[in-house]
Amino acid sequence: MSETIGMVIISIGVAFDLFGCIGLVRLPDIYNRLQGATKCVTLGTCLILVGVLVHSGGAMGIKALLCAIFVLLSSPTGAHALARGAHRSGVKLWKGSVMDKYAEDQEGKLDQ
Amino acid sequence: MATRIFQFLIIFILWLLLTWSLAPQEVIVGVALALLLSIMLYDVFLQGSEKLVQPARYFWFLLYLPVFFYYVVRANLDVAYRVLHPEMPIRPGIVKVRTSLKSDMAKTFLANSITLTPGTLTVDIIGDHLYIHWINIVTEDPQEETEVIVKRFEVFLRRIFE
Amino acid sequence: MIVLMVLLILCCFLCLYRIGMGPTPPDRTVGIDILGTLVVGFCAFTAILTGKDWYMNVAISWALLSFIGTIALAKFLEGRGFDE
Repeated sequence: MSETIGMVIISIGVAFDLFGCIGLVRLPDIYNRLQGATKCVTLGTCLILVGVLVHSGGAMGIKALLCAIFVLLSSPTGAHALARGAHRSGVKLWKGSVMDKYAEDQEGKLDQ
Repeated sequence: MATRIFQFLIIFILWLLLTWSLAPQEVIVGVALALLLSIMLYDVFLQGSEKLVQPARYFWFLLYLPVFFYYVVRANLDVAYRVLHPEMPIRPGIVKVRTSLKSDMAKTFLANSITLTPGTLTVDIIGDHLYIHWINIVTEDPQEETEVIVKRFEVFLRRIFE
Repeated sequence: MIVLMVLLILCCFLCLYRIGMGPTPPDRTVGIDILGTLVVGFCAFTAILTGKDWYMNVAISWALLSFIGTIALAKFLEGRGFDE
């Protein structure tokens, strides 16, 4: 029984991974790609690891749970660092973007 | 002193969970490593550890988890909708919001929560201001943006970490 | 099970497409970051298939190293030292 539930959770996780990677290919600029990919792949991988916990339990399950918590904490931090690095290295937003308060404030700081 | 004991216990429990055995050699190495690390990393982690023994914070943390997971699942369905839609209905931009949280820990968790929730990605934190990339801007009024993005987590995080 | 693994490999190839075609260096870095997270999921699959729990150790180490690599690449993109 628990094996079936585990496999269902893993299947949902893989589906989210796939959505995230389609987003990585389809979306127009790096910030949007980071958005889609980070959200979907983080939840997808966490669901796969939780699925392992439900499926197997024991030592493997505990390690999977620790790994899931770690991915949940580290992945948004990595995305945050990447977005900041990309913006500071001068990557422009997509042409359809509405506003960019960050660039305005950075320019103001450079002028002083 | 209490800080060191907490740190030692956290590292030791993490070690036990990772090895998942109570064989004597594992426990001895674990105790030695946890002692060494808690002495070396005293200045780095867990400033203000008296917060660890206040049960109300754990209660609010348990309340925060379901809210967080609800928004994470909604964010993923939102991304899936935008990605699979043939025309990709996005209207991105970077907005600036203000937070009233003060401690570093609370700000870190706020930034991570914002990154994992619908349509938002933290780009930078400068002082009290967060710069947030929003995939579908619905309003251009800073007050309303703060209301939509930050308020739903601030209520919980203030009670957990401040 | 095999179908799921094939789908995950398809995800990896989509990431590789972004790494190869990405117009700017940050785009490629995003691809590398996401690929690292996908490999963690792949290690979990292998652990279930073989029933050996040390594959999860590989997954944890991979998550740690991938995170550190992403931070290093991001700092490199910012174009300054690690001390700031």
